[in-house]
Amino acid sequence: MNAQSTDIATYNFAYLDEQTKRMIRRAILKGIAIPGYQVPFASREMPMPYGWGTGGVQVTASIIGPDDVLKVIDQGADDTTNAVSIRAFFKKVAKVDVTTETAKATIIQTRHRIPEQPLTAGQVLVFQVPIPEPLRFLEPRETETRKMHALEEYGLMHVKLYEDIAKHGRIATTYAYPVKVEGRYVMDPSPTPKFDNPKMHRSPALQLFGAGREKRIYAVPPFTEVVSLDFEDHPFEVQTFDQPCALCGAENVYLDEVILDDHGGHMFVCSDTDHCEKRRADGHHGHLAPETHSASGKMEPAE
Amino acid sequence: MDIATQSIDGGFAEPVFNAQAVFRAIMDAMARPGFVQALPQLARPPAPLSATAGAVALSLCDNDTPLWLDPPLQAEASVKAWLGFHSGVPLANTPADAHFALIANPKEMAALDGFAQGTQEYPDRSTTLILLVDDLASGPSLLLEGPGIEKTSMIAPPGMPRHFVEQWKQNNQRFPRGVDIILAAPGSLACLPRTTRIKSMEA
Repeated sequence: MNAQSTDIATYNFAYLDEQTKRMIRRAILKGIAIPGYQVPFASREMPMPYGWGTGGVQVTASIIGPDDVLKVIDQGADDTTNAVSIRAFFKKVAKVDVTTETAKATIIQTRHRIPEQPLTAGQVLVFQVPIPEPLRFLEPRETETRKMHALEEYGLMHVKLYEDIAKHGRIATTYAYPVKVEGRYVMDPSPTPKFDNPKMHRSPALQLFGAGREKRIYAVPPFTEVVSLDFEDHPFEVQTFDQPCALCGAENVYLDEVILDDHGGHMFVCSDTDHCEKRRADGHHGHLAPETHSASGKMEPAE
Repeated sequence: MDIATQSIDGGFAEPVFNAQAVFRAIMDAMARPGFVQALPQLARPPAPLSATAGAVALSLCDNDTPLWLDPPLQAEASVKAWLGFHSGVPLANTPADAHFALIANPKEMAALDGFAQGTQEYPDRSTTLILLVDDLASGPSLLLEGPGIEKTSMIAPPGMPRHFVEQWKQNNQRFPRGVDIILAAPGSLACLPRTTRIKSMEA
């Protein structure tokens, strides 16, 4: 504390001022009490542009304490720009410990993925949300969508999913796949791949969602029913991959395609980098894992 | 001690970190209804406001949130002065205007439906009730289920409002409108969000 107070100009702990934190904290409590309902809040400008996670950052800043351990992921990865800069931000303004290990984190701020390793009670998952309103692309007027939520009138969403089936023969929505929370509110799970939707269902971790530009906070408490919308004859299905991770050989995980060269060479690797590293450290190998690394090394001079 | 001294003493020693610690306990309690969160004594408000309830009020209330006090608290000028000095909170004239309500005597409190319930469009515009209870284990047992609870959880606060189980059932039926309750006991707190169902009450 003394070291902090001798700094000439310093930010309040976790950047936000106390009144802003209280306002966000009150919104979080209402969000938890009404699962899936989007609580309006007075979102602040943050030292990063909209679309870079200002909502998630404000939620994290309002809940984080000096004892927390923070992990930040961007599309599953700990080492991409968004994740690195937000982690550095909280290291600087809140002096908290940061980690890339899912199990060690108390707060995980995420952009569009849920870690592969099951979360535990006491962990908080903070989602960065661009468009919190699942009905927004079907009905642009806020007054109308609010009324639709009030009246539990979600027919339009089912029509949209039905139109997918009529056009493509299946529900073609692959991310931001709408869910119904505790049998009441239809909610946008943020643009996570629908692969992650089942992980939200009765998760032991608290899930908080922050949309900075749209000024909404919502929440899913632990052990809460989160059901992906579907039809009896077209049940909800997650993506499947026909090959395992090229680096760690993991199956039944979400994979990213990585382009290797200009000749169509590509590989599929775990989107969750921490999960992939852990598996490789445990001795799992995929077909492009480091032993075969010399092969890919040979390809480089060809470019 | 005169009112002026009483109102200045007893706030958070470390406002930023104490408010965060109290909020985190409330958030975890709200996310896991019936789960008792321990809370060290961080505030020393004048009686009859308890340390826990005082800390909850300081961590959540400010000049944006009208606060309603029940008659025993309303009667204490020092309580009003303390809350005013440390949080700047305005007092609500009626329960229906309140964002938060502090209830020192839950047994005699006004009906739950007298507080702000929110609207169907904005169910968040409802009152959060902070009830002062002696403990969370010596009263009639309430068996709880709902979001945040894996199977069931149990809590037993004494001195709850009259016909509480019946009133709470009606509160459930108003969902998404309704009030949420923070139970503030000495050294601990627990929450009953509007989604929590009381399955049974053993006498």
